[in-house]
Amino acid sequence: MAELVTFIILGLLALVSALMVITRHNAVHSAIWLVITLFAVGGIFLLQHAEFLFAVQVILYVGGITVLFLFVVMLVDIDVQLKQARFARQWQLALVTAFLVVAQLGYALYNHGLGLNLPSRPMVPAPAQNTQAVGMALYQNYMLPVEIASILLLVAMVGAVIMAKRKLQ
Amino acid sequence: MLENAFEFVMATPLLLALIKILIIFGVLSGIVAYLVYMERKVLAFMQARLGPMRVGPWGLLQPVADGLKLLLKEDIIPAGADEWLFLLAPAISVFAAFTVFAVIPFAGNFYVTDINIGLLFILAISSLGIYGIILGGWASNSHYPLLGALRSSAQLVSYEVAGGMALVGVLLLSGSLSMVDIVERQSGAGVWYVFLQPVAFLIYVIAAVAETNRNPFDLPEAESELTAGFHTEYSGFRFALYFMAEYTNMVVVSCIAVTLFLGGWLRPFASVSALDFLKFAPIVAFLGAAIFIVWLGLKSLVTLERYFFVVLAAACVGLAVLVAYPAILNAIQGVFWFSAKVLVFLYAFIWYRATFPRYRYDQLMSIGWRVMIPLALANLIVTAVLRYFWLAHHAATAVAVLGRQ
Repeated sequence: MAELVTFIILGLLALVSALMVITRHNAVHSAIWLVITLFAVGGIFLLQHAEFLFAVQVILYVGGITVLFLFVVMLVDIDVQLKQARFARQWQLALVTAFLVVAQLGYALYNHGLGLNLPSRPMVPAPAQNTQAVGMALYQNYMLPVEIASILLLVAMVGAVIMAKRKLQ
Repeated sequence: MLENAFEFVMATPLLLALIKILIIFGVLSGIVAYLVYMERKVLAFMQARLGPMRVGPWGLLQPVADGLKLLLKEDIIPAGADEWLFLLAPAISVFAAFTVFAVIPFAGNFYVTDINIGLLFILAISSLGIYGIILGGWASNSHYPLLGALRSSAQLVSYEVAGGMALVGVLLLSGSLSMVDIVERQSGAGVWYVFLQPVAFLIYVIAAVAETNRNPFDLPEAESELTAGFHTEYSGFRFALYFMAEYTNMVVVSCIAVTLFLGGWLRPFASVSALDFLKFAPIVAFLGAAIFIVWLGLKSLVTLERYFFVVLAAACVGLAVLVAYPAILNAIQGVFWFSAKVLVFLYAFIWYRATFPRYRYDQLMSIGWRVMIPLALANLIVTAVLRYFWLAHHAATAVAVLGRQ
């Protein structure tokens, strides 16, 4: 019961703050709401006994990536930005699409029968072995995909450096 | 009655945790206040001055006076500031600094909680502290704070990488993220990890100084260039919050360094039983403090101050007698050694400030990215390879370790 209440609170927090992210005019405020969204999602991870994911979520997304967002956003002139019109002109279409997705999800969840077999309880590894389990999965079962993903990231990074350097010359 | 209450507390985990939190919060606030006093005194002595002398004997009441002054001052919000963020930012800093203590083991028998992602939790929460700085600087709507905040965030992000990677070296040896486990593994191995990971220790200490914005890396608040950096526009209690967060962070990084590299609550040479007499060190420390206070009192010319010093010395002797009881002596061993090691670190922080000139900004960045991060990576690879061969050599141990996973 307590778990359900916590989930509802965190879920609502995540949804509301996510809405705030895309509706704020001030980009810094958007970034702050994004932090709250990420935190709420991290809390849901914690609720699923995924402590490692929670920590990584906070360290990488909250402590790293959003800080870099803020870093860039702070250099933007907020006064000019506030007076600009939003570029999203297709909100009617977006609203219809969102409504369709929600209806579809609702239908599927309501009927239970569309190949949606949700396990009744999440698989919970012993608390002390949570991190080890993630490590084992990443570096033994999914070794190749992990390596390919890291090479992709490396290529992107090198590419960014090269493009920045070329501009300098 | 008293026993019933004791049993009730022990049987209610949440209440026990709450009491521990209150104790830690109260003691830490006091320590942080007197850390400022200690800094001013030590700096003064290193520069052949006396430091604060006016408020109370030897300026001992200076932190109280400072605190009162800051509480009573007007809380100014600059025109054009982003009010909500301006008010929120210092709170984030303090929150991030204090929450970390939830998982720091002050002794084998005294910590709020021990979670299996302890170190990751610390890294996660302390990485939030940067929001206090960056938002405070931005919300002030002023030039110096904004520049200070930008500098600070770049510096923190850079040195977090090197410091975090240095910690991974320790994790390879300990095989656990739990802070209590890490200390117990050091106890089991019979050696502090500083001797197995000297490079990582050095990198972590440098990164810790940079992450707390202390000299010689205090560019975010370089006063000759930026007035006061990100907190230029803050006054009164909110300024005090930033100040408190900075000094609490010094304690935090010292605690992490002590736990990971210096054996946490273990006494020096914990595995050598010939040095068991070291457990009487708390008594000696309190007696030494009493003698020092008497010596100070003898130099004082004011009669009232002499009385004060006599009372203080008597209190120290009383504490020495109290800890001489075997039960109490054993109970405080962990906390005593932990605090002693942390104190050495805090002293070193002040020492750096008195010794080193401030780095230039490009020097700071080039040390961080060109020296510290490659060095931390090299340390990580060498440690991993050595660890692998060590495990392969001790096949039985390896089976045990892998079997546990």
